[in-house]
Amino acid sequence: MQRIENLMKAKAIELLENGTVNRVLGWTAGDFYYDNTPAIFNSKEEIEKSFVYNSFCGANLSKYLVKERKNEGKILVFLKPCDTYSFNQLVKEHRVNKDNIYIVGIECQGHLSIEAIKAKGIDGVVGLEENGEEVTVKSIYGDKTVVRGEVMLEKCLSCKSKKHVAYDELIIVNEMPEADSMKRFSKVAELEAMTADERFAFWKSELSKCIRCNACRNVCPACTCTKCVFDNPESGVDAKANADKFEEKLFHIIRSFHVTGRCTDCGECSRVCPQNIPLHLINRKYIKDINEFYGEYQAGADTESKAPLTAFTTSDIEPGSNLKEGK
Amino acid sequence: MLKIELNKLNDLFAKISSSTDLILPVTVAGETNFAKYEDGAEVNLSVQTVKSAKDSFFPQAEDLMKFKTEGKKIDIIDVREKVESFVLFGVRACDYRSFEILDRVFLVDPIDTYYKAKREKGVIVTLACSRPEESCFCSAFGIDATNPLGDVTTYIADGFLYWNANTDKGNALTDAVKDLFAQADSNDEAKIDEQKKNTKEILSKLPYANVDLSGFTPDKLNELFNDAKWEELSEACLGCGSCTFVCPTCQCYDIKDFKTNDGVKRFRCWDSCMYADFTKMAHGNSRNFQLQRFRQRFMHKLVYYPSNNEGIYSCVGCGRCVKKCPISMNIAKVIKTIGGKNND
Amino acid sequence: MQEINKEYQPLIVAFCCNWCSYAGADLAGSSRLSYPANVKIIRVPCSCRVNPMFILKAFQRGADGVIMCGCHPGDCHYTTGNYYARRRMTLLFDMLDYLGIEKERTRVEWVSAAEGVKFSNVMNEFAAKICELGENKRLEDLRCKE
Repeated sequence: MQRIENLMKAKAIELLENGTVNRVLGWTAGDFYYDNTPAIFNSKEEIEKSFVYNSFCGANLSKYLVKERKNEGKILVFLKPCDTYSFNQLVKEHRVNKDNIYIVGIECQGHLSIEAIKAKGIDGVVGLEENGEEVTVKSIYGDKTVVRGEVMLEKCLSCKSKKHVAYDELIIVNEMPEADSMKRFSKVAELEAMTADERFAFWKSELSKCIRCNACRNVCPACTCTKCVFDNPESGVDAKANADKFEEKLFHIIRSFHVTGRCTDCGECSRVCPQNIPLHLINRKYIKDINEFYGEYQAGADTESKAPLTAFTTSDIEPGSNLKEGK
Repeated sequence: MLKIELNKLNDLFAKISSSTDLILPVTVAGETNFAKYEDGAEVNLSVQTVKSAKDSFFPQAEDLMKFKTEGKKIDIIDVREKVESFVLFGVRACDYRSFEILDRVFLVDPIDTYYKAKREKGVIVTLACSRPEESCFCSAFGIDATNPLGDVTTYIADGFLYWNANTDKGNALTDAVKDLFAQADSNDEAKIDEQKKNTKEILSKLPYANVDLSGFTPDKLNELFNDAKWEELSEACLGCGSCTFVCPTCQCYDIKDFKTNDGVKRFRCWDSCMYADFTKMAHGNSRNFQLQRFRQRFMHKLVYYPSNNEGIYSCVGCGRCVKKCPISMNIAKVIKTIGGKNND
Repeated sequence: MQEINKEYQPLIVAFCCNWCSYAGADLAGSSRLSYPANVKIIRVPCSCRVNPMFILKAFQRGADGVIMCGCHPGDCHYTTGNYYARRRMTLLFDMLDYLGIEKERTRVEWVSAAEGVKFSNVMNEFAAKICELGENKRLEDLRCKE
């Protein structure tokens, strides 16, 4: 990890100094090793001071490029394989200007979730150390060691691809494990196999936790509307709270439907949810359906293909015809 | 002081909830939040709740009134129900302090009757901390996590819950459940004191425990407001409301109308200064950029509120925003960056 | 017309496209074919106009069943509108089912301007089905039910 970070820093400084770019989008170190924040670096000094790349850089940087579009000059951005899909999707929707972006694709061995570490009963985490497959957690209550594979972010556990689909150059030192993109639908299939009552109970307990903080929407690289329908007082659905249990369902159905066919399954919605609602299971249901009904489709794999909801065939299946009878 | 074995706590909860509503930390779908106790509820007293305890007095959504329309006739209906007394159990010292901060907003003229009714009827049972998290920094605000106030103070040590009533309301509650308890002796008190000592030692060593707030004084308002560092601090902010909605002291709300099939329901709901439509008026919005909205939150907590309230900060250092921010930006980092000189 | 439970009258919302299904409903009326009075028709310019939000809002406002009718695939007045609508509704209905909402509460039918009989049959059949299911509890908004 340290080696990649050094290579990234060197690359950023090189590109800044030779004038290819005038700013760098990466991550800045926090106080506990796990609390890195996306940041823009403008100089060599800033990069040397706080640029970081470790296993807690799960945040997808591509959405920040929408905001950066308004600024002058070329920007260097470090993208993990999954982030490049979001980038492509933004290019396709004309939300970013490709010509003003220099992408360095970076190695990703999967990123870790501090919540998953804490769920193992480890609290008071003040620092971490990575040694290959093991992570030593330094806590005010004593050090503990956990296995990387057990404390990864959900989006990394069910990684869809280790291939960069857009980049100007790559920094890859170690081989990245192959991803099994179909694995991510297993939980969706599990839910589908339940009865309607069981599914209703599952989603009721999950969605009732929603506090309508809009983190899932605001972090989503596909949610780039200037004004969201849920912020528009004219829409009649701009409630800021789940004043009735209907509201949370409406919000999550519409939010996910709006990104259907555009969602690259980057998993940011689930990562940021303060109540850990498995929002990816809603998005993945749509992706699974699209794959089954209209042929395999991966949003962001390219910048030209037609999205499933802006295309059709005359022999598409009829609504509801695939569903099982019965309550 | 009274004591009860931890494995008998469910009896205590059942007894309290048989006569009055009991609100306490309950785990639903893996996350712990304050909720009403029901038979079989998964009570969890060992973790910090995701949302704070303020919901009990200042709910996320609350009906204010109703309008019923019939032709041209409009009836205004008061929907305030008589608030029954309830018990709020398991409140930590930080959350308890937050009620005092909210009181200074809602209980000064004009008094918020909705808040006041709940505040008067609530019996607060606090719980001392014995295992602080790395994100805790209540001691920076002079809060003693090991010795919370409230109507009743409880401590968990060595397989027992110790119970100490502080007020008349607390005594009344104690009388109702007394027969479940045994009397604690000096041995037990020594145990609690020992635990307090250990906890205090941990608290003093926490990474954010000694953040220096001395730079945040009302006379430096302009200087702080114009600080150039707000830009870098706010640049990654997504503008979501996580920090404000998990915060125990955020008190801004919006009043909205919901059109029902035969009238209008007027309700209020928490608002977030991070949202683009926060304090939007007829002329438009007073804060057009995320930088301004971001700055508002911290200036309010650390400068504006103290300048109106005898220097009391409206942050209690519970650390919820530290844990929940999607991009790991938080008030502790803000304090460290633009606060006092003693922050490295 | 099928016998419908006298005590319970479900509320059914039918989104009908202006060019085919709405005319089909007209024809059903002028041919004196009956369909339940509790089917409320909302005329839309094309089935493609139906936003998923419309369906959810109908449920919120007290609908027990929502049906969308449009021109037969291939016959859309705007050539392709109903093809897009078909994909959207397929995914939306699947999602509602996935969240545990009874799939029988939502339906899509293609009804042409000449199919007054079909319109009447579809509505009768759908109303009977909704009657059987009873009140919509899973997508209701209590604020609208007082």
